[in-house]
Amino acid sequence: MVMMDGMIPTPTPPADPRDRGGALQPLLIVRDLIKHFPIKGTGGRAVRAVDGVSFEVRKGETLGVVGESGCGKSTLARLLLHLIRPNSGELVFDGDPVDEPHGISVSALRRQVQMVFQDSYSSLNPRMPVRDSVAFGPYVQDKPKAEARDIAVNMLAKVGLNPDQFGPRYPHELSGGQKQRVNIARALATGPRMVILDEPVSALDKSVEAQVLNLLRALKRQFNLTYVFISHDLNVVRYISDRVLVMYLGKIVELGPVDSIFSAPRHPYTQALLASRPSMDPSRRIDDPPVTGDPPNPIDPPPGCRFHTRCPHAQAVCSAQEPRLIESLADDRHIAACHMHDPESGHTMAVAGSA
Amino acid sequence: MNKTEPLAEVRDLKVRFVGREDTVHAVNGVSFAVHPGEVLCILGESGSGKSVTLRSLMRLLPDRARIEGDVRVGGQDVLKMSNRSLRDLRGGSVSMIFQEPMTALDPVYTVGEQIGETVRRHTGCDKAKARARALELLNLVRIPSAERRLDAYPHELSGGLRQRAMIAMALSCDPKLLLADEPTTALDATVQIQVLILLRKLQAEMGMGMIFVTHDLGVAAEIADNVAVMYAGRIVEYGPVERMMKAPLHPYTQGLLASTVHDQSRDQDIDAIPGSPPDMRRPPPGCGFAPRCVKARDVCRTAVPAERYPEPGRMAACVAVEVPEMAAA
Repeated sequence: MVMMDGMIPTPTPPADPRDRGGALQPLLIVRDLIKHFPIKGTGGRAVRAVDGVSFEVRKGETLGVVGESGCGKSTLARLLLHLIRPNSGELVFDGDPVDEPHGISVSALRRQVQMVFQDSYSSLNPRMPVRDSVAFGPYVQDKPKAEARDIAVNMLAKVGLNPDQFGPRYPHELSGGQKQRVNIARALATGPRMVILDEPVSALDKSVEAQVLNLLRALKRQFNLTYVFISHDLNVVRYISDRVLVMYLGKIVELGPVDSIFSAPRHPYTQALLASRPSMDPSRRIDDPPVTGDPPNPIDPPPGCRFHTRCPHAQAVCSAQEPRLIESLADDRHIAACHMHDPESGHTMAVAGSA
Repeated sequence: MNKTEPLAEVRDLKVRFVGREDTVHAVNGVSFAVHPGEVLCILGESGSGKSVTLRSLMRLLPDRARIEGDVRVGGQDVLKMSNRSLRDLRGGSVSMIFQEPMTALDPVYTVGEQIGETVRRHTGCDKAKARARALELLNLVRIPSAERRLDAYPHELSGGLRQRAMIAMALSCDPKLLLADEPTTALDATVQIQVLILLRKLQAEMGMGMIFVTHDLGVAAEIADNVAVMYAGRIVEYGPVERMMKAPLHPYTQGLLASTVHDQSRDQDIDAIPGSPPDMRRPPPGCGFAPRCVKARDVCRTAVPAERYPEPGRMAACVAVEVPEMAAA
């Protein structure tokens, strides 16, 4: 289980005929992505949902994205598919810039990237038998009707639903877990290389959640998929991810291999988030909350480090200056945006933290 | 084990929702008791009947609900009470907190006004006294700058503060019994643990009994003394939380513990319970869990299993549970 420092935890995926950049080219590169939602009548104030985010998604990996409500993780998911347009920033899919003259178009991107949403009911057409919902994607992507339907039948079977029994049903005739299976089939029907899963199991009961997680892992192996898995549930993220990205108020605060993040979190926010998990052991209950207060409003995020209002180690530099994302000397793939890990920041605990 | 009179006692509670086309059998014979100072968690998945059971204690159910059985709260028969005495009960000696504070609080009144209204309704004091009590309560639930928050509207507060304000309102008349319906489910992780710790401290300080409904094993482990696990409208397992977490008796509880994602090895699939919960419009005739149970026998599909008591203070309704000779006698 313990990963050696510097080892890439993901296996190299077999060659895909659509692969353009080779195994080492990240499947998706995100650079300086910004999305602000202006608020009417406030003279230019805005919700700074995603505020300068850069990362890579490697081929064949599962990148987990965690954070609390308002941290921008769902906005980020939508930006990755251009379901909403960013104010600025750049997406590069397998070496090709997205929505640029010399790159690939948004519709070409969506042939290769699909999404599964949290609410399994509202993301299916209530007036369509679920088989037709699954067939719709291939159909609009120029497959003949009969072929699209064959794909749908095949995909329903792949997600564990008997196509004859469940295919003709409408969404309201299915349970939550079954609907989410249909959504997964719908996302995979167009043959994507990457799937963005936005809280895909959060609305499900625990006993069904486990089934869907097992299914997602099996499908990933079978179809050589790359996942971006967004969740507020740290236990689920730890189980399913190869690398984890932690967001707080529109910023990345920490990013690294899953074992490294969970065994040695660097950012005080990640530490608090991990310590806030119930212990599952009544004899070892948590007596003092790891942090106090709620996440601040993303309309006017605090200056400097956005976590400084709740951070137990905050000093003057934390409210004055925004921390850089610093690579640690010991492990160059685990980065955190905290002055305590920046020897030049002036934080009095900086030296100890970066050693 | 507890010699005091129970705060609430439920005997063979059955609740059906009668509709034009079909009837939902939400609760099918539930019995339990809660004593002063005890925290009972009702643990179950959606549709298990946990919230309906909780609401029955205050008769907070729609008219089409058909309630049978015996529900006693503070010695009074809740099912026979007049609407007027029900209003005295609700928010007085028994109060309730809900999952979503934004819908449970009135958006057009300030937090101080809402808490004050409850205080005045039950104690008959004047406005100034009620406001002073509201301030005291906001301090009790550790709301920072309480004086200022008294005049805030619910939408002006963060999720965690709104939930604290709702707890303050529920505690305004020193209830003996607090009913909590998933009060931390909608909160962020770092806020959820704060509210759980707060509730635990307040419960101990005030010596209240509490019934806490949740679907989350981790939450139950943080707050419960005893746990009643519900499935398909029945309590399938009951007992102290430590024993249940370490050595669950009922196959459903065992499956739930195994399928809850918590530090499993990433190399293996999670032991998921197959299938999905039954449709309570057509509940299975025998054990509700039999269609998904690996240990199910023929008898499980035809007859509801009797309650068994394999250890003192523990119950499981399952034919696979062995009862030692001594305990059976």
